[in-house]
Amino acid sequence: MKASWVAEKNSVETSLVSGAELFIQGLQNEEVDVLFGYPGGAVLPIYDALYKAEMKHVLTRHEQGAIHAAQGYARVTGKPGVVLATSGPGATNLVTGIADAMIDSIPLVIFTGQVATNVIGTDAFQEADIVGITMPITKHNYQVQRAEDLPRIMKEAFHIANTGRKGPVLIDIPKDVAVKTTEVKEHPGIHLPGYQPTLKPNILQVKRLNEALLQAKKPVLLTGAGVLAAKAEKELAAFAEYHQIPVAQTLLGLGGFAAEHPLCLGMAGMHGTYAANMALYDCDLLIGVGARFDDRLTGNLDHFAKKAMIAHIDIDPAEIGKNVPTEIPIVGCAKETLSALNQIAADKGDYSDWVIQLSQFKSEYPLTYKTNESELKPQKLMQILHEVTQGGAIVATDVGQHQMWAAQYYRFSDPNRWITSGGLGTMGFGFPAAIGAKVGRPELPVIAVVGDGGFQMTLQELGVLQDWGLPVIVVIVNNKSLGMVRQWQEIFYEKRFSHSLLDIQPDFVKLASAYGIDGKLATTEEEVREALTAALASKKPFVLDCVVSADENVYPMIAPGKGLHEMIGVRG
Amino acid sequence: MRRIISATVLNESGVLNRLTGLLTKRQFNIENITVGHTEDPAVSKVTLTVWVEDDRKAEQLVKQLHKQINILKVRDLTNMALVSRELALIKVLTTPDTRSEIKMLIEPFRATVLDVSLENVTLEVTGDSEKIDALIELLRPYGIKEISRTGVTAIPRGTQKKVLELHPYSIM
Repeated sequence: MKASWVAEKNSVETSLVSGAELFIQGLQNEEVDVLFGYPGGAVLPIYDALYKAEMKHVLTRHEQGAIHAAQGYARVTGKPGVVLATSGPGATNLVTGIADAMIDSIPLVIFTGQVATNVIGTDAFQEADIVGITMPITKHNYQVQRAEDLPRIMKEAFHIANTGRKGPVLIDIPKDVAVKTTEVKEHPGIHLPGYQPTLKPNILQVKRLNEALLQAKKPVLLTGAGVLAAKAEKELAAFAEYHQIPVAQTLLGLGGFAAEHPLCLGMAGMHGTYAANMALYDCDLLIGVGARFDDRLTGNLDHFAKKAMIAHIDIDPAEIGKNVPTEIPIVGCAKETLSALNQIAADKGDYSDWVIQLSQFKSEYPLTYKTNESELKPQKLMQILHEVTQGGAIVATDVGQHQMWAAQYYRFSDPNRWITSGGLGTMGFGFPAAIGAKVGRPELPVIAVVGDGGFQMTLQELGVLQDWGLPVIVVIVNNKSLGMVRQWQEIFYEKRFSHSLLDIQPDFVKLASAYGIDGKLATTEEEVREALTAALASKKPFVLDCVVSADENVYPMIAPGKGLHEMIGVRG
Repeated sequence: MRRIISATVLNESGVLNRLTGLLTKRQFNIENITVGHTEDPAVSKVTLTVWVEDDRKAEQLVKQLHKQINILKVRDLTNMALVSRELALIKVLTTPDTRSEIKMLIEPFRATVLDVSLENVTLEVTGDSEKIDALIELLRPYGIKEISRTGVTAIPRGTQKKVLELHPYSIM
């Protein structure tokens, strides 16, 4: 097939290539090994070129599935996820995933088809102004007007997506641009005079932070996804260990610092640990690294780190001082900045009293829940997951209670094993993200931890598991409700469970079976353990429907408007 | 507080949309905005007047604008020594009695008459916003039929004071 195409190309016009062929060349130049997408009218020329070039393409069952899969892929590989969809509804179905990738800084390059340039603006069939629609939710976007611009635009897009603060870049390709032929030119190179992210930190500010460390008695590190994006785990560990600074993590930062490390306080924020939250509340020097002080992390800002001097290391200058007034601003990549700090480190302060105090908090107020012989506790389920996979699996979640339990109880020790929708909080994210992760890292076990609500938003992607025989294990944390909504209604709305109870449910095991996938219903710890062990060994896709206590809540919890020190449910 | 922000942007389609969209998303209220070419045809200059609550909001605005890929440079001109100008066209009702009176009135403002008809005159005035406000107030008793203002455009003066009492931004 490939040979005939080359022959045909040579026989017609040796020097002319179509926009669609330039697209393929652009992907090859960027060493793209897989696309996630869904065809349609406006991208027919591109899909034809894909067919001839034999590019690996994962056909999801919905464009939303494609973009979340690309996010999962990007999250575990560090490479941009590549998405392809058609114009109009194909493009608008991507919007949720684009917004999700934007707020969580996930590198994506998204290609959408567009109606031909001569009918743009006429409300043509399947026309949508996707460039206008996605302007506020992309790092940058383009509409290609001429085929010859495509190589430069693709090069720029991949560069923008995966440098600085990473994010999604969209390229809209009108159908005629994909068809039109043009002469192949030398690569023009990228021209982005308005885009020069700062990677190297200002050494004066680095020194100021180093001096502040000597003055401090109670320093704490707050580490976020920026550490993972910069691959700065080793530098972080060296920095924390040298100075003996305890480490609290954001939801998206989990895995950047080993959960088992004695200095690790765990996750901070609304459902964070007592030790992590009290450390942020009580510290005298707070060093944020690649974290953006989001409201779910800080709680009420009037009570957040009020006694502390704030130092903030971030690659995005706009994050510094956005939510929290910052005394020591350091614009730079986490890896470069932590290396610089490690290089100049000489004297160090003595924080042993502080470390001991926080260790006591850790042992006195660990994460806890009430056990009950007759029911499967969701927290226990996460612990079993950790035990059976020996903490080494990639875990992708949806949003809600199960997400928080996974964050709390699947103690991540390695980076890039944790995929979750943090900023946008997208239900339906977890399962397709797990598919993308498995495509990106086939050697690692991948578990999709989903709620019974969220799974029903994107479960059509079971078709992809069957299609590719991808051994993703779907663990449904089934409490027959939209658990987090139900929890808030219980606590803040006097148990008026308005539209949060899902009594009517499909039989998930039969549903899996309809797709030719094995499944099992589990109601006890033993059943979970057995089924998981068997599923991991089988190297086949599997759906495990776990019936857990329906009225379990996530604790500790900080109610909206409260400070980090006002946690409820600390003792389970 | 009122801030005058100047942004040099690549002269590409959608860039103004991107800029104003960003302001909407971050809840900044644009009082006026002017756009025009610069000495380089590939580059345009946007001058914005916005109301912000405090310095931190102003800093956010500058930083968020700067993040846009096709915005090259952003400057908050508010605390700089600058020249700023706005142009206004004002159509005032006249009678044979008031026509010469109005002409006298506008003289100190260096406004010029662009168009005269039996019922009204159209004036052009250039200056800072306060001057234009003052002229409008003066003409109001005669009956203003229509006003069209361009919004402020500004440029920093060639010489800036050596000692700046600016509140320093945390970066930049």
